[in-house]
Amino acid sequence: MTDFVTTAALNPPVLVFQPKGRGLIPRSLTLTAVIIIIAMLAVILLNVLHGGLGTISWEFLSKPPEHGMEAGGIFPAIFGTVFLVILMVITGVPVGVLTAVYLHEYTSPTSRTTRLIRTAINNLAGVPSIVFGLFGLGFFIGFIGHGIDTTLLGVEKPVWGQPAIIWAALTLALLTLPVVIVSTEEALRAIPRELKDASYALGATKLQTIIRIIIPQALPGIFTGAILAISRGAGEVAPIMFTGAAYYLPYLPKALNDQFMELGYHVYVMSTQSPDIEKTKPILYGTVLVLLVLTFLLNFVAIMIRSKIRSRRISV
Amino acid sequence: MTPYQFKPKSRWREFLGEKFIAVNAFAALIAILLIFIFIFKEATPIFTNGEVQKEASLNKMTFKQQFQPDKPAKWSWQPNSDLPKYSLWPLFLGTIKAAIIAMLFAAPLAIGAAIYSAEFASRRMREIIKPVIELLAGIPSVVLGFFALIVLATFLQDVFGLTYRLNILNAGIALGLAIIPIIFTVAEDAMNSVPTSLRDAARALGANPWQVSFTMVLPAALPGIAAGVVLGFGRAIGETMIVLMASGNAAIVSASFIDSARTLSATIAAELAEVVFGSAHYNVLFFIGTVLFLFTFVINLGGELVLQRLKIRFQGKLT
Repeated sequence: MTDFVTTAALNPPVLVFQPKGRGLIPRSLTLTAVIIIIAMLAVILLNVLHGGLGTISWEFLSKPPEHGMEAGGIFPAIFGTVFLVILMVITGVPVGVLTAVYLHEYTSPTSRTTRLIRTAINNLAGVPSIVFGLFGLGFFIGFIGHGIDTTLLGVEKPVWGQPAIIWAALTLALLTLPVVIVSTEEALRAIPRELKDASYALGATKLQTIIRIIIPQALPGIFTGAILAISRGAGEVAPIMFTGAAYYLPYLPKALNDQFMELGYHVYVMSTQSPDIEKTKPILYGTVLVLLVLTFLLNFVAIMIRSKIRSRRISV
Repeated sequence: MTPYQFKPKSRWREFLGEKFIAVNAFAALIAILLIFIFIFKEATPIFTNGEVQKEASLNKMTFKQQFQPDKPAKWSWQPNSDLPKYSLWPLFLGTIKAAIIAMLFAAPLAIGAAIYSAEFASRRMREIIKPVIELLAGIPSVVLGFFALIVLATFLQDVFGLTYRLNILNAGIALGLAIIPIIFTVAEDAMNSVPTSLRDAARALGANPWQVSFTMVLPAALPGIAAGVVLGFGRAIGETMIVLMASGNAAIVSASFIDSARTLSATIAAELAEVVFGSAHYNVLFFIGTVLFLFTFVINLGGELVLQRLKIRFQGKLT
């Protein structure tokens, strides 16, 4: 890092800092960038709010779609989304939490294993969502589901080897795994060493310390991770397009191998495949508003919890 | 009074517990491997199966093909016609064009905002900027796609008098909105991690605040900012819903930025639902998936490497 200083010392143009005004131009240029970003966000949010607020009513939230989605509500999509993310959390969060515990409690940060796993996590976070969709189709449906059908059940008609809510949930669980891991790790880092030492001093083993001290202490962080994962998962459409989401269903999903309707997919279907976009527009805007409020509320709660954790770390 | 708060449990339990946790920890690694294996597996007939190669071989996907004797050779993606055509060139071009527009739109805004936030902003202003970026990052891509399709497309058409309502410019701008948070976060992080000693050194040499930023902090953080841009590019290449909804999806070869275009990712999303399981078309779509996977994999690995080296340089260690 010293080369910057040496460069500064040897290079006349850098060394000669003449007072050239107060840097108003760079300051105002970069401020403009901030203002443009804020303005664009405001335009999107106000547009959705303006277009969707009039549609929101109890009927809209509690009724199924009618007349080719030009009337009625979006209850099946809300139900499907909630069902989907619950399955996703149940299957994904434990794995993510245990990964974080392993990385933080069992290995040194510089060990080869840790770095390999960390690289894998970072790369998993960067895999395009459509590739997750392909993977869900090829692995969960084509390999696991089809495998269960042919070897365990021996049935002709697919029972598990078809798009289903459990496959979509598992695909999303993989996609949101990095989110859970990162949040849990942050919480683990905030746990004071003294707590662990006290536990060991009382004769606890490592496993006992993890189960009774570390995980309970990390719960807010785990919670944050789960919420962020839900907020991310609820908005993803590409991974569930081929793994379980349905265009329209007259019934609600009851079993793990049922298909389901989902808010994000509903938005996509209505905005691209509607025969008369003007007629579906109010419902479309209403659905987008519901989806946005859902994801923002979740994000907001997660950010609140996280800032609490951070302030605790500083005080300790 | 008991001497111990915890009763010592069997070693087996301890051992099994550790192994169970360790197995879970490898989930991410296994997932990455499985993703590659299972996507590439469905793409292999392109390299091995003669029947499939008659329709879609690497050669046919890459180079111009002559489909009718009296017409010139061309690149064409028409998998559903009587004579299926599987040239990836139009899709590749569409993808790159969309990503370039997204970068041109997003990079200056994101880097500008990051500089402001890291260097000039008051504490209060920063408390506004951070949530704004988090909100933007929290918007699902299908909502950005919806916004581009319904609102932005009409606006751009009216302002610029465009022939096609849905075009690559429209998709690119919406895509830019999606990658601003990525570039911003990485770039701001890089600037904030520049050691105070460097800032102090510049200040001691008589630099005023903005001279400190532009002659010291920015050059030092440049690799990090570049990594942010590269990671944003990777995301732009792989993003699906926005381009699927906003680009018009016409698979044409054109250099124009106001034509309709179709990207690699959108092609998978649009065509996989109707494709015959195990057909050449099916294999080609998985081949596209493999290409996308490998491309983003390399970009992420590279970006991560740069950031790691920067961290070591600033802090002298890996945390």
